[in-house]
Amino acid sequence: MNRPGSRDPGSRDLGNFDIGSDVKVSKISKRAWRRVADATAVGLAIVTVFPIYWMALAAVKPAGEIHSLAQRPWTLAPTLASFRRVLGVENFGRYFLNSLLVALVVVVLSGLVAFLAAVALTRFRFRLRTTVLVMFLVAQMVPIEALTIPLFFLVRDIGSVVPGVGLNTLGSLMLVHLAFSLPFAIWMLRGFVAAVPEEIEEAALIDGAGRFTILWRILFPLVAPGLAATSVFSFITAWNDFLFAKTFIISARDNQTLPMALLIFFKPDENDWGGIMAASTLMTVPVLVFFVLVQKRLVAGLGGAVKG
Amino acid sequence: VTTAPPALAPPRRRPGREHAPAPAGPRQRERRTPLWLLLPAAGVLGPLFAYPIYQLGLLSVLDFRQAQVSGGEPIRFVGGDNYATLLRDGQFWSVLTATVGFAAACVVSTLAVGAALAVLLTRAGRGPRTALSLAAMAAWAAPAVSGSTVWMFLFDADLGLVNQALGLDGFNWTYDRYTAFALVGAAVVWHSFPFVMVTLYAGIRAIPDSVLEAAALDGASVWQSFWRVIVPMLRPLVAIVVIQSIIWDFKIFTQIYVMTNGGGIAGQNLVLNVYAYQKAFAASEYGLGSAIGVVMLVILLAVTLFYLRALRRTGEAP
Repeated sequence: MNRPGSRDPGSRDLGNFDIGSDVKVSKISKRAWRRVADATAVGLAIVTVFPIYWMALAAVKPAGEIHSLAQRPWTLAPTLASFRRVLGVENFGRYFLNSLLVALVVVVLSGLVAFLAAVALTRFRFRLRTTVLVMFLVAQMVPIEALTIPLFFLVRDIGSVVPGVGLNTLGSLMLVHLAFSLPFAIWMLRGFVAAVPEEIEEAALIDGAGRFTILWRILFPLVAPGLAATSVFSFITAWNDFLFAKTFIISARDNQTLPMALLIFFKPDENDWGGIMAASTLMTVPVLVFFVLVQKRLVAGLGGAVKG
Repeated sequence: VTTAPPALAPPRRRPGREHAPAPAGPRQRERRTPLWLLLPAAGVLGPLFAYPIYQLGLLSVLDFRQAQVSGGEPIRFVGGDNYATLLRDGQFWSVLTATVGFAAACVVSTLAVGAALAVLLTRAGRGPRTALSLAAMAAWAAPAVSGSTVWMFLFDADLGLVNQALGLDGFNWTYDRYTAFALVGAAVVWHSFPFVMVTLYAGIRAIPDSVLEAAALDGASVWQSFWRVIVPMLRPLVAIVVIQSIIWDFKIFTQIYVMTNGGGIAGQNLVLNVYAYQKAFAASEYGLGSAIGVVMLVILLAVTLFYLRALRRTGEAP
C-alpha cells in the first residue's frame, strides 16, 4: 500500500516531518519522493536554461557547424568569428552603447522621480492619496503598445520644438521609457520606503536635520537597496524595448537600439543564425548579470509591490 | 537563492488607511511637502501617459489617414465610424478571437507550469532548488527579442535542433496557424512562468507548517493537500498572479511580431496589438488603429477592475 511515490491517502509522505506509527515506511517513501523531486527539479532546470545555453553555444560555433544538418549540443572548435562579424561589420557596438545609454538614463531618472513620489505616498497622508495610488496601479495595466499611435505624433510634434527628443533620437526613447517605467517603480518602491522605520527620521528631525537632509542623507541611503531592485525593472523595460525603437527610429540608423538592430541578420534567403545568436547573446548577458545580482531583493520587492 | 516568503509576510510597517488618524508631530506641519515630491512624477506622467490616452480616444473618432498626416485633406470628425468599420470587419473579429484564445492558452499553461514547479521547489533539496531557481531567473531575465530569436533557431525548419531530433526535416512551424501560435506560446510561457513560480513558492512557504502537518495527520495526500489546503489559502495570491498573467499575455507584441514576422502568413497570427500597429503604421489608417487600441484599453481596464478587487480582498489595495 505504501509504495514509494504512491498517492493514496495513507502514504503520509507529505512534508519534512515524521508522524505516527509506520515511521519506517514513511521515511523510505519520503526519501524516494525527495529523490524524484530532486531529479525532476534538476531536469527541468536543464530544460529551462537550455535555450540560453543553445544561444551562447551557437554564438561561438564555427559557421560550418551552425549550417550542419546534424546539430550537436557542444562544439570542439569555439570561435569568436560571429561576434567579430556582428561588432565589426554590422556596427553592433554602436547599437549596444545606444541601448545602454537609453537604459541608464531611464534608470537614473526613474529612480529619482519614483523615490520622491514613493516618499510622498508612504510618509504623508493627504487628500486624494488613495486616488493617486489607484491611478499608479491602473497605469501599470494600460497597454502601452496601444499608445504608440498618439505617442508617435506627440514625439513628432515635440521634435519640431525640441529636436533632441523628436523622432529618430535616443531622447524620445528615454522619455517614453521613463514614463512607462514610473508607475511600477513607484509602486514597488513604496514597499521599501515603508520598511524603513519612521523613528529614524523623527530622531533626525529632533536632532535638527532639515527636510532635505532627511530625504537625501537619511532616507535615500536606506532605500538604496530597494532602488537597485527597482532599477532592474526600469533597465529591462528600456533595454528590451522593441516596439518604440521600431516606431520612433525610422531613418536614423545610427540611433538604432539593439532589438531592432538584431533583425538585420534575418535575411529573406537565409538567416545568419551565427550572427543572430551572437547579437542575442550580447543583448542577453547584461540583463542576466544585472538580474542575478539583485535577484534576492527583487523577489522581496515584488512581495512588497504586491502587498505593500 | 531562495528567499524568505515576502509576499505573505506582514510588512514591518504598513502605510495607514486613509481614515486612520493622522500621526501627530512633524508630519502635520509639512502638509505641503507631498505636492512637490509628487511634482516630478506628475510632470512626466501627465504629458507622456495621460495625454496620449486622451489622444488615443480622440484619434479613434477622427478620419485620420496618410492624406491627413501630410496635410492633403482636412481632419474630419467621424464619430463612431471607425468602430462601425471594425464591427463589420471580419478580420477584426477573427483577430479578437485569436487574441483571447491565445492569451487564455498562455495564461493556463503559464499557471500550470508555474504552480507545478512552485510545489516541486518545496519538495526538492537545496541544490536542485537553487539550480531550478537560477534557471528560471535566467529565462525571466532574457529579453523578449533574444528569447524569440533563440526559439526560432531551435525550431528552424532545417537547422533547428528540435526538427533534427524529431526527424521532421524541413517542417516549417510558422506555416500553419496553430503550430505558429504554439511555438510563440511556448516562448511566452518559458518567459513568464518564473514570475508565477517565484510568487507562489513564496506564498506556499508562508503557509504555517502546522497547517500542512494537520492535513497530513488527517491523511491528506500531496495532491489533496495541494488542492484542498494550499490553493484555498493562497487564493488571493493566485488571483493576483492570474490577473497579472492575463494582462501580460493579452498584450504580447514582440514575440508575435518577431517570430511570425509581423503577424504570420496573410495575417494568420495577428493579435490585437499587432493588428492595431499594422493598421496604423503599415496601412496608415491611424484612426482605425486607434479604435483597436481603445478596444484593447477597455478590455484590459475591465480586467484591472477585477485585479483591484482581488487586491482589496487581500486587504492590501488602497
